[in-house]
Amino acid sequence: MYRYDEFDARFVRERVAQFRDQVARRLDGALNEDEFKPLRLKNGVYLQLHAYMLRIAIPYGTLSSRQLRQLALIGEKYDRGYGHFTTRTNMQFNWPRLRDVPAILDLLADVEMHCIQTSGNCIRNVTADHFAGVAADEIEDPRPTAELIRQWSSLHPEFDYLPRKFKIAVTGSAQDRAVIKAHDIGLRILRNAKGEIGYEVMVGGGLGRTPMIAKTIRSFLPKDELLAYLESVLRVYNLEGRRDNKYKARVKILVHEIGAETFSRLVEEEYARLDGPSIVADPEEVARIAAYFASPHYEKLPARSAAFEKGKAKNRAFATWAAVNLFAHKIPGYAAATISLKAIGEAPGDVTCAQMRVLADLAQQYSFDELRITHAQNVVLPHVEQDDLLAIWQTLVEAGLATANAGLITDIIACPGLDYCSLATARSIPIAQALAHRFADQKRQLDIGELNVKISGCINACGHHHVGHIGILGLEKSGKESYQITLGGDATLNAAIGENLGPGLAAQDVPDAIERIVDVYLAHRQNGESFIESVRRLGLEPFKAVIQEKLHAPA
Amino acid sequence: MSVAKRPPLPVILLANDLLDGEVVFWTGKQWSPEPIEALIAHNETGASGLEAEAAKALAANRVVDAYLVDVSLDASGGAVPRHYREKIKTEGPSVRRDLGKQAGLFNIARNGN
Repeated sequence: MYRYDEFDARFVRERVAQFRDQVARRLDGALNEDEFKPLRLKNGVYLQLHAYMLRIAIPYGTLSSRQLRQLALIGEKYDRGYGHFTTRTNMQFNWPRLRDVPAILDLLADVEMHCIQTSGNCIRNVTADHFAGVAADEIEDPRPTAELIRQWSSLHPEFDYLPRKFKIAVTGSAQDRAVIKAHDIGLRILRNAKGEIGYEVMVGGGLGRTPMIAKTIRSFLPKDELLAYLESVLRVYNLEGRRDNKYKARVKILVHEIGAETFSRLVEEEYARLDGPSIVADPEEVARIAAYFASPHYEKLPARSAAFEKGKAKNRAFATWAAVNLFAHKIPGYAAATISLKAIGEAPGDVTCAQMRVLADLAQQYSFDELRITHAQNVVLPHVEQDDLLAIWQTLVEAGLATANAGLITDIIACPGLDYCSLATARSIPIAQALAHRFADQKRQLDIGELNVKISGCINACGHHHVGHIGILGLEKSGKESYQITLGGDATLNAAIGENLGPGLAAQDVPDAIERIVDVYLAHRQNGESFIESVRRLGLEPFKAVIQEKLHAPA
Repeated sequence: MSVAKRPPLPVILLANDLLDGEVVFWTGKQWSPEPIEALIAHNETGASGLEAEAAKALAANRVVDAYLVDVSLDASGGAVPRHYREKIKTEGPSVRRDLGKQAGLFNIARNGN
C-alpha cells in the first residue's frame, strides 16, 4: 500500500489546520454560508437531511486494517456507530457535528487519510478495479496510476474550479470492474503490438440526468505521457466546458455537443502545445509509487487446498459462500473473498463499527493487512490462503457478514436516498430491503444467476441505476414516491444505458414488478443465458407488459 | 441562502443548526430540536413573521437552510409535514427507527449549545 512521505503528511496536516480555521471563521460570522459552502465541500462536508455528512476518500478503494480501525473509532466517538460505503468507494458518516469535523480530520490524518476533493467542482477520488493485483487477466496493477493521478490532481491550481466535478477510473484488466465507461475519464491499461504498456483513454462517460457512455479519444497513450495528456484533456474541458448551466457543465456534454473527434483533435492540439516533459512525473517518483504496490510475499502453495475442499464438503453453507463470493486469485492456493454488505434486510453498504473491527482483524490476520472497497458497496479481502477460508467464513458468520450473494439479485447497489440525502426525490434503501426479502431464498438466487439491481433515489444516479441490468429510479410524482424501472444497462466494457420500461410504479408495487421481470427471463432463457444476455436477445417488449399489468391491476 | 417560495398554509419554520446540523424548529422564541414545539402559522401575517425569523437567524449564523414547510394538524393540534420529504426530515431515517428525533436522539444540546 502507498505510504505518505513527509510532503504528503505535511500537506494533509496543513489542510486540516486550514479547515479548522475556516470552521472557526464560519462560526464567528466572518464567513457566511455562501462563502463557506464551497470550502466545506472541498473537505467532504455536506449538509444532508438530518445532519451534516462527512465523505472520506478511500483512494482506489484500498484500506489497511489500521485505517479501517480508525474509521471505526471515528464512527463510535463522533457518529452513530456505523458508516456507509458508497459507489465511489468512499466512506460516509451520516451524523457528524460541524464543530467536531476538524478533530475527525486530524484522526484521519493520523492514518494517512483525508476528505480532500471528495466533493466540489474538482477532480474527485480516483477509483480502480477492486481486484487490482489479484486478477489473473491483469496487465498491470491500476493503483500506481490511480495514486499518481491522485497526487497530480490534489489541489492542482488550474483544475481546482472546474465547470463541474470530474471523476477518473482506472482498470488494468481485460475485464472492467471499475465502470470506467461511466466516468469523465476512463483509463484502460493495455499493451500495444510491440508489447509496450500504455492506456486507452476514454472521455465523456457519466450517469446522472444525462447518461453517456465514454468515447475513446486515444487508443494507445504511452504510459510515461499520462499526466501531460490528462492535463490536455482537463485544459480543453476547463476552457470549453459550459459554465452557464450546471446541468450541462460536465465534460460528457461537451464531448456530446462537439463530438468525440473534435474533442480529441482539441486535446491533441493542446497536447502538442504543452511542455510535456515539465508535466509528466519523474520516472523515479513513478517507480517510488509503484514500489508501494508490489505484490505481498505470497507463500508457495498447492493450487488445491485439501482443508478448503474438506470444509466445503462438510458444510453446505460454506460451500455456497465459497462458490458465490470467491474470486480466482492469480497465485495458486490463494483467493480473493468478497464480503457482502448486503445482508438480507440491511441497508446496502452500511457497516457497523464492530463489523469494521472484525474486517480489520481478518485483513490483518489473513490478507496481508489489506482490504478493498468495491463500487458495488462490498468489501474484499484480496489475498487470502484457501486453507484459511473456513476460519474466515466462521468469523464472518458471527459478525453477520457471511451473506453469499456477490453478483446475485440481492447484491443490490443503493444510494442513501431520501432516508438521508437532501437531494433525493424518493427513498432507495426500503426498496432494496423489500427486494432482498422477496428474493432471499438462496436456491432461487442461484437459479436466477448473475443479475445487477441498482437503485438511485434521484436523477443524479449515485446508485448507478442506468447501468443496472435492472435499474430503479426513485422520483416524486404528485406528492408520492414513484419508481421507474429500466432494463438492459451494463457496467462492463459492453457498457450500455438501460431503457425505461414505462411509467413509474408505487413503492409497494416494485417487488412484484421485479419478480415478474425475472419470471419472464426464467421462462425465456436459452442454454444457460444470463439475465442480461436474455434481455439483449429478447429486447424490451416482453418485459414492458409487466409494468402495464402493474399499472392497471386493481388496487 | 434564500428562503424558498412560500408553501400553502398552515406552515412551520425549520432549519439545520449551524454547529451541529440538527434539524431545528422556530418556536416563536427560540430554535428547538423538538418538532412538537414548532410555532404554527395559520395566516399570511404569521407566515411572513416566520420568514423574517428565518432571514434573521441565517444572517446571525445561527442556522442554515431555513425554510417554511406546509403542515397538517394531528388530533392534538401538532404539526405534521404534508410532504414525505419533510416528514422524514422531522422524524429521522425511515429505515433506522433507532436513530434521529423519532428515537429521541438529538445531535444538539436541548437548550442551545
